Amino acid sequence: MLATSRNFKANARAGLADDNLQKALALARTGFPLRRSLAVERLPEFEALRESGRSIKDHVLAHLDFYLELYESRAVAAGGKVHWASTAQEACAAVLQICRSVGARTVTKGKSMVAEEVGLNDFLEANGITPVETDLGEYIIQLREEPPSHIIAPAIHLIKEQVAETFRAEHSALDPARPLVEPRQMCEEARAMLRPRFLAADVGITGANFLVAETGSSIIVTNEGNGDLTQTLPRVHIVMTSIEKVVPTLEDAVTLMRLLARSATGQEFSSYTTVSTGPRQPGDLDGPEQYHVVLLDNGRSALLGTDFQDMLRCIRCAACLNHCPVYAAVGGHAYGWVYPGPMGAVLTPSLIGIEEAGHLPNASTFCGRCESVCPVKIPLPKMMRHWREREYAQKLSPPVYRTGLSVWSWVARRPALYHAFAELASRVLGWAGRGRGRFRSLPLANGWTTVRDMPAPEGRSFHSLWAERQR
Amino acid sequence: MTQTRERILAGIRTSLGRGPPDAHTLAELRSRLAARRRNVIPARAAALDECDRVDLFVAMAEEVQTTVARVVSPAMVPEEIARYLAAENLAAEIVAAPDPGLDAIPWEIRPLLRIRRGRAGADDKVSLTACHAAIAETGTLMLISGRHTPTTLNFLPETHIVIVRRGQVVATYEDAMDRLCAEGASRPLPRVINFITGPSRTADIEQHIELGAHGPRRLHIVLLDEAQATERVGEDEQRGAGGQ
Ligand code: SF4
Repeated sequence: MLATSRNFKANARAGLADDNLQKALALARTGFPLRRSLAVERLPEFEALRESGRSIKDHVLAHLDFYLELYESRAVAAGGKVHWASTAQEACAAVLQICRSVGARTVTKGKSMVAEEVGLNDFLEANGITPVETDLGEYIIQLREEPPSHIIAPAIHLIKEQVAETFRAEHSALDPARPLVEPRQMCEEARAMLRPRFLAADVGITGANFLVAETGSSIIVTNEGNGDLTQTLPRVHIVMTSIEKVVPTLEDAVTLMRLLARSATGQEFSSYTTVSTGPRQPGDLDGPEQYHVVLLDNGRSALLGTDFQDMLRCIRCAACLNHCPVYAAVGGHAYGWVYPGPMGAVLTPSLIGIEEAGHLPNASTFCGRCESVCPVKIPLPKMMRHWREREYAQKLSPPVYRTGLSVWSWVARRPALYHAFAELASRVLGWAGRGRGRFRSLPLANGWTTVRDMPAPEGRSFHSLWAERQR
Repeated sequence: MTQTRERILAGIRTSLGRGPPDAHTLAELRSRLAARRRNVIPARAAALDECDRVDLFVAMAEEVQTTVARVVSPAMVPEEIARYLAAENLAAEIVAAPDPGLDAIPWEIRPLLRIRRGRAGADDKVSLTACHAAIAETGTLMLISGRHTPTTLNFLPETHIVIVRRGQVVATYEDAMDRLCAEGASRPLPRVINFITGPSRTADIEQHIELGAHGPRRLHIVLLDEAQATERVGEDEQRGAGGQ
């Protein structure tokens, strides 16, 4: 997918001015956090599970080579085929080659963020294969030719009137006078449209929430059942996934699953959790004849051993998005690539470069809610700060900001000078702002004052008041 | 392909600042795998006796819109299924798993219930299966694929009826998975394990929860609770004994 993260500021401004988006976000803002907190309250072990989830993932990352090799050997022993891919291009090529080998014309797809990351749909279409998204949200945005705006609720930026409009335009064979007002009617319509696609597809592609090294299995977690129809009905099942999804045992997977649904949607458990191991076995009456796994790296292995290693613990639950005031204000599209919100602010610069995505780690209020709800305790704000430091070190931040910061740090390292300046500034600003008590504009600080007033200081610095009290 | 594989593995080792794992590390990692150690287990279900565990299973299942009917003998199963289909206004036509576990039910007492055994096709409206285990913790069913238990039954029809025997109700996912193999044996898995918690649902349009997104709209459990019958008989006998 083509990134527009460079345009974060313009994207965000557009998001703030979009009434439909603001209506849609208002629904998400309250719904997700409320449901999550109710689910967490019901499970006294939740904190202990978070700690356990963190340590399972840390253990895997420290021995990732071992677990990937084990996973591969077990998957192959079960009759599966594993395709390693360093880059998005290699992953797409592997999928295309499998599709061509069975003469596939149409492909159904369950939700996969990795498939979004590598731009699989556009690639398949360019090569004459029709991909059909089957998750309701993904289906809607595919019809609208939009990217997802959320990692578990891809169409969360839309209100139902927009969905109805899209269905009327795209499902042109249906009666134009049919009622299409309630979400219920739209779900029914999508179900009816997609059923024949499920039955006709040559290949089904799903993602994976986890891979299990011990058994060579892949696991998907869904609510709609579309992932299961996708992987059960066609002759070929392809799992698109990435290297950090592996866990040692089924017991470890289950521990992470206890965290996943509660953190994501506030459900106790999602409707369908499916553990798949290899293709159809002798005597089976259904299931795919071929089972392939495409294992993507795409920059992940390079994060190991760096300040960003912890990010590879992410289980894509979206709690950090759902609790982020910036995401809630501007929506997911503003982030300009597949992964939005706090996890995207850390991951996107890692995967597509800080030059392109430098705005994202800056789009934070550092309120810390993301870290406090993350089921695997990823220190997201700290990592955003790491990116800011790198951006500064690579001289990518704006010149005014850089000069200001170096002047400030030069002064701050000289306490006597610093105190003198602070005292002087407080007096000058206090004098200039007397009367109104606030400034509508300030030189060098209009980034602040165009949207809010700057309160004027009282006229003395904290240091001098403190020094006076001590006497 | 193998080159890519080697490159990725080498990249991981370089990033981690080490070579391939040494013999000592390998031994440790293998013993961690063999131990299949359980992590944190919620007390919610693990701490209950059998009766409460079954009650918790029913309560949790009902919370996610699964419907549950308790019956006390195999002969009551066809009755209950016929009642359910009539109540839901569904035709008495069922595709059932060719599962020997379903043979113990005296289907012939309901001759109007038409049952075909096999995998589900596009036109099947109601399916019937047994299950491998039922998990009290979250009201979750565990079904596994096999020659007698095709997966399409769990997803294609609009209504899925599952027979659960009381003895199949376990506390946790871990307990359910332990039933796949004897303690200590390696775990050759079926092609698919389906953990099913309620009917299919979506909240993709304005966060409205709608049932029946792509999978079944209805999930109905017939809980065959023969122990309850035995207990009742036991009570009657005691009462009888008291009267003599
Ligand atoms: S960073 Fe944490 S909270 Fe955010 S999606 Fe990943 S696991 Fe969930």
